[in-house]
Parts: sequence; structure tokens; C-alpha cells
Amino acid sequence: MESKTITITIDGKTYQTQEGLTIMQAADQLGFHIPRLCYHPKLSIEGACRVCIVEVEGVRTYVASCAYPVMDGMKIRTNTQEIRRARRDIVELILDNHPQDCHTCERDSNCELQRLAASMGIRKRHFEGERKKYEKDLTSTSVIRDPNKCILCGRCVRICSEVQKVTALGHAHRGFQTVVMPAYNMPFRDSVCTTCGQCINVCPTAAFVEKVYTQDLFAKLNDPSIIKVAQVAPSVRAAIGEAFGLEPGRAMEREIAAALRRLGFDYVFDTQFSADLTIMEEASEFLERFQGKGKLPMITSCSSAWMKCVEQFHPDLLENVSTCKSPMSMMGALVRTYFADKIKKDPKEILSVAVMCCTAKKYEASRPELMVNGLPAIDMVVTTREIAWMFKSAGIDLLHIKGEDFDEPLGLSSGAGAIFGATGGVMEAAIRTAYELYTGETLMDIELESLRGLAGIKEGKVTIDGKEIRVAVAHGLGNAATVLDMVRKDPDRFHFVEIMGCPGGCIGGGGQPYAGINSMPLDEECLKKRAEALYGIDRRKTIRRSHENPDVQRLYKDFLGRPLSAKSHQLLHTHYKVKEPRGIIPQELKVR
Amino acid sequence: MIAAEDKKTALKEFMEKAKSGDHPESQLIAILHRAQELYGHLDQAVMDDIALTMNIPTAHIWGVATFYHYFNLKPKGKHSISVCLGTACYVKGAAQVLETVKKELKIDIGETTQDGMFTLTETRCLGTCGLAPVMMIDDKVYGALTPKKTVEIIQSFYKK
Repeated sequence: MESKTITITIDGKTYQTQEGLTIMQAADQLGFHIPRLCYHPKLSIEGACRVCIVEVEGVRTYVASCAYPVMDGMKIRTNTQEIRRARRDIVELILDNHPQDCHTCERDSNCELQRLAASMGIRKRHFEGERKKYEKDLTSTSVIRDPNKCILCGRCVRICSEVQKVTALGHAHRGFQTVVMPAYNMPFRDSVCTTCGQCINVCPTAAFVEKVYTQDLFAKLNDPSIIKVAQVAPSVRAAIGEAFGLEPGRAMEREIAAALRRLGFDYVFDTQFSADLTIMEEASEFLERFQGKGKLPMITSCSSAWMKCVEQFHPDLLENVSTCKSPMSMMGALVRTYFADKIKKDPKEILSVAVMCCTAKKYEASRPELMVNGLPAIDMVVTTREIAWMFKSAGIDLLHIKGEDFDEPLGLSSGAGAIFGATGGVMEAAIRTAYELYTGETLMDIELESLRGLAGIKEGKVTIDGKEIRVAVAHGLGNAATVLDMVRKDPDRFHFVEIMGCPGGCIGGGGQPYAGINSMPLDEECLKKRAEALYGIDRRKTIRRSHENPDVQRLYKDFLGRPLSAKSHQLLHTHYKVKEPRGIIPQELKVR
Repeated sequence: MIAAEDKKTALKEFMEKAKSGDHPESQLIAILHRAQELYGHLDQAVMDDIALTMNIPTAHIWGVATFYHYFNLKPKGKHSISVCLGTACYVKGAAQVLETVKKELKIDIGETTQDGMFTLTETRCLGTCGLAPVMMIDDKVYGALTPKKTVEIIQSFYKK
């Protein structure tokens, strides 16, 4: 049904708008940016911060514009002296219970509270009251929780429960004592947290930040006795420009390769290479299962937050999860074996660093079953944000550096490897290869539009040798839960399911650059542009199918034998087991 | 004393009933009340049990259990001492009575003694201002307290 057009007045001027919008939504469309803090367009309305108050004629008190619907004839004032003062007081009171350590804070210059205070014209702190004092939770491999920085906007609680359906966080206690924490105030490490890092993405302050390894890495990079090896995930190149002030969507792979060498790495490899390798293994595994050897639907296993999620929230489906390691861990395994042999070095002397868009990869690197010959596959994981900071700190000008290629023998990739970073990309890449492995013919129409874009759940069909293969793609752990319910209800509905833990896929990962001044965290336009950067890389490549990657072919010929060989199984595959505490997904999920 | 198994069954029955009605998730507070009635307090094992049975995330249950003062998250003592800090009692020396209890039992307000005998709380007016200052142990009011008398009363519980 078309919504009704109504007339409202904002700050003395009359405008047409649509019934059913909130004041804030209507104002946004008309070019009024009402200040806000707890509001996020992807989350439910909390109305907690009261920063977005406006004056509505005839209403006795100021109203929260995020929650108040527009009505025909409504007269709204957004910027009177009184409302400006009231808003400023509200922000000053928030600041009163917030540390005064901006210049040493992780989020300095990237903090929404800081920007808000500046836009309110707060240049002096008037209130000096009691301030909260809590211990930081440093137990997680990935996410640091610092309740002292928390302003109780509740965005983290909402994204964790509404978008991810993990509900690792809640508000506990009340009034001045309210703290956002896991159940029983247990260490984050022991909770149901999947380490996806979306709480970091939406936090307006530094109440959630990633576990930072930048200083450790600088120290190691200065150690001449070790071989320093880096790998870079596809999505890092699609977003790192934003940390340098560029608009989203610029692909910077060659720049990153050059910058990492300047930082001190001896070899810079591409996780897209091991993404191609993942496809070889995963497409082969799928075809085995499709031919009766193993459970269907097969579910992808690249996303580390999803790995932890499936073990805690969906233990009944562990057999459906592909045994393939993630591209990061496959690369890690090859660096310790194939590559160490090639350069004739003891694997112990190699520092294996992964530059990832992801906080959960820090967790994945700590999984004991991914060790290779007694060594961790990956020594250190740094996020896009961390590496961007390191480049800046080391005076490396990413915007003007001359691009360089990744190193052989683990640096060449197909376009299929690049699109891994966007939701639907793994499925698309797998189909390109599975088709050819099964039929012996090359799939010509390789851009699978139905699997692209930001719809929460996408379904598609491909016909391979007369047989229909039904696939589904979900991004974000909440959408994943919905797809899995569809699978439980009708196990034959899909043959192959791709799941990525974060909204948009890896491009929306928990380690990606913070939103800029004109953007919101997880803004769809931004995610689309990052995805487009990856699809652009794919289009520009002459090799667009993983099995055509000549270095992958050489790896099989010289080292692994063939996909799913004993050696592949030993190095490139893993297993999952049920983990405690058991995760709980409340309320009936709507099954389509 | 109800046996542990019976408590578990009683709570299970209560939850099954809640689940069969409309909006089972809105029964959480009632379930927590029932659990506390049975166990005296809410510990992690009980809340985990409620979470799994009712399909409510533990972080949410924890939020509710910590929000309301009524819910005890730690075990209660065999006896509860409640010292009145209402105006009349206060004027007549309730502060000294409270200090005496704290010192005698080596606990603060809201805490339980190591031996599990007493839990100390404060209260505002028990409606017996004529006897001020007063305290209540379980359901009996003790009036016209002095520090000395307070100690004697507490000690009498250990002699029983």
C-alpha cells in the first residue's frame, strides 16, 4: 500500500513527507540531520540517549525524534536555543560519567561521542560527579570490553541480539550501576560471544575494541633473525582506503602489497590464492557429498565467527559443515610446510601474520586443532584498522605508494578468490569450479547475479549436467539461523549453503575501518561499494576460475597431489566439536 | 526440606505450565520468583536450566535477575537479620545497632556469614517505633536494643 503524503513544518518551512516515518527519518530525507547517538537504522529504536530531542508544537515535553512518528500538520523545531541547550546538557551529562582521556583513547578522532560533543559546542566540562570504575575484560582472543567507556546506548546489545541473534551481551543491574556485560558477568572468553566484532563496529566510543597486536608486530618486524610472512584477506583491500580518508570502494591490493614490504615483511602472500585453493577443496568435497558420500546440504566453513557459532548454537548441524579450513588457515598451513621447504628454512623461524578484515580470525588462529606440526598456523592476526594504523605510524603513504605484486608461490589469484569477501562470493566461486570439475565443461556465464547483493538470504539454482543444485546464501548470524531453520524443516531444500558471520560478508567484518564523518557503521551504501571493489577486481582478471590459477595447479602437482588427497586432508581440512556454553536463539524464527 | 530432585521437578513443572500458555517469554519474572522460592537464591545452574528450558538467552535472564532487588544471587543464611534504619530507630541509635551486628557477624549489608547462619539486610520502619531501635530476626521483632543486648540476641542463636 502506498503511504499517505502529509505536510509537516520543520523550523518554519513547510514540507511534504510520508505518513509512517519517524520525525528523524522524515528530517533525514529533507536534509535536516538531527543529532543522535543510540539510534542505528539497522536496529530497533531504543530511545535511550535522548540526544535527538526536538520540539513539537502542542506537545508538552521535548520528544525523541527517533521514536516519534510524523503527523499531518505537525510543527517541528529542531534548532531553537532551548532545544540546543537541552541537548547540550544531555551530552554534557553523558560526558560527566565518561573518562577524560580522549587523546590516549583507541577511538580518538574516530569517536561518535567526541564528534557529538564538538558539534554541541561543548568546550568545557561543567559537571564533576561520581564516575563509574570497572575492570576491563581482556579475556577474549578478539574483543576487549571496557565498561568505563560505555555510555549505555545499547547498540552492541541490539546488534548482538537482533542482527546476530547471539545475545552474548545484555544490560545488567540498574540505574547508575548499569553495565553492559555477558551473562553472569563471566569472562568474555567463556561466554557465547562468537568474536564477530560487530559490537566494535557499532560502538560509538571505545567500550568495545579489538585486541590490538600492533606493538608486538612492530617488535617482531624489527627482528632480523626471523622470516616475516604476511597474507592479506580480500576484504582488506576493499576497505583500507577508508582509513586514509578515501570514499569506500577503492581497491588497493597492489598498494597494500607494497606497503607491507615497506613495513618490513619479507614475503607478502595473498589470501586470495588460498581462497582459490579452498574452492578446489570445497568444490571437490561438495561433489563427493552430492554423489552420496556425506551429508547435504553442505555448509561453508570460511567464517571464523560462524565456526564458533555453529559449535555453540547449532551443534546438530556439525556434520553438514565443510571440513575445509578457512583460506587464512590453509595459507598458514602452506607457509609452514610447502613454502618453508621452498626457501629451505625451519618453519619455526617463520613469523606468519594474517592481515584480516575480521576480529574472529584472531580467535580462529588460537584454535588448537589448526596447528601445523606443533606450530600455530598463524602467529598473529591484525585487522584492517590495525594495519592501517601501522602504515600511518610508520609513515607509509598508502595513497601515493607505487603498487607491487604479491609474492610467488602463494600470491597469484583468480577473480573467484577476490569475491570471497562479499556475501555470495564463496558460493559463486565454488559453482564456477564445481561445474567444470563435474561436467568437464567450462561454465561461461560466471556472474551469478542472484547470489549478489545485500538481501539477508538469497537462493539460487544451477543445473550441472542435467541435475539441479539448489543453493542458499546468508550473511550475518541471525540470517544464518533462519536458513538453518529452513534446513531443519526440509533437509532436501538445499544442497549447498554459504554462511558468513558478518553483515555483507567479510567486507562488513568486525575489523574494518570505522565509519567516517558522513557515514554510519555498516551503512549499506558503503558495503555495496566495498563489494563492488571486489567484483571489479574479478572483472579485471583474465583468470576468473579458481582451478585455472596456474600456481594452484603447480601446488597440486608438486606437493598436494590432488584435491582431497591424504596430504590435503592433513593440511587443509579440520573438524568441529560441540562447545559450551550452549547458545540460545530466542523467539520463533520466521521460516519462509 | 525439599529434596534437590523435587525442587528440580517443581521448577520444571512450573516452566512447562508457563510454556503452554501465551507469550511464555513474558513469564520469566514469575519463573525466577518460583526458582527463588524453591532454592532460596538464583545461581548460575538454575538460570542456565531456565535458559535452556524456556529458550531465553542467559544474558537476558541475567539482566532481569540483576535488575530487581528482590532476586538474591547469593545463598541466604539460615536466619535473616533486618536492622531498621527508619527515622525513629535512627534517632534512638540504630546506627550503633547496625555497626554492632556487622562487627559481631563480620559481614556487610546484603552479605551472609561464612557459617551460613545469618544474612544481614537493612529496612525502613517495621511499624514498631515504640520499641525503637528494633531489628527483626526471621519473623520476630527485637526492641529497645543496645549494642550489648544485640550481641546477646545474636549469640543466643548459636546456643540453640
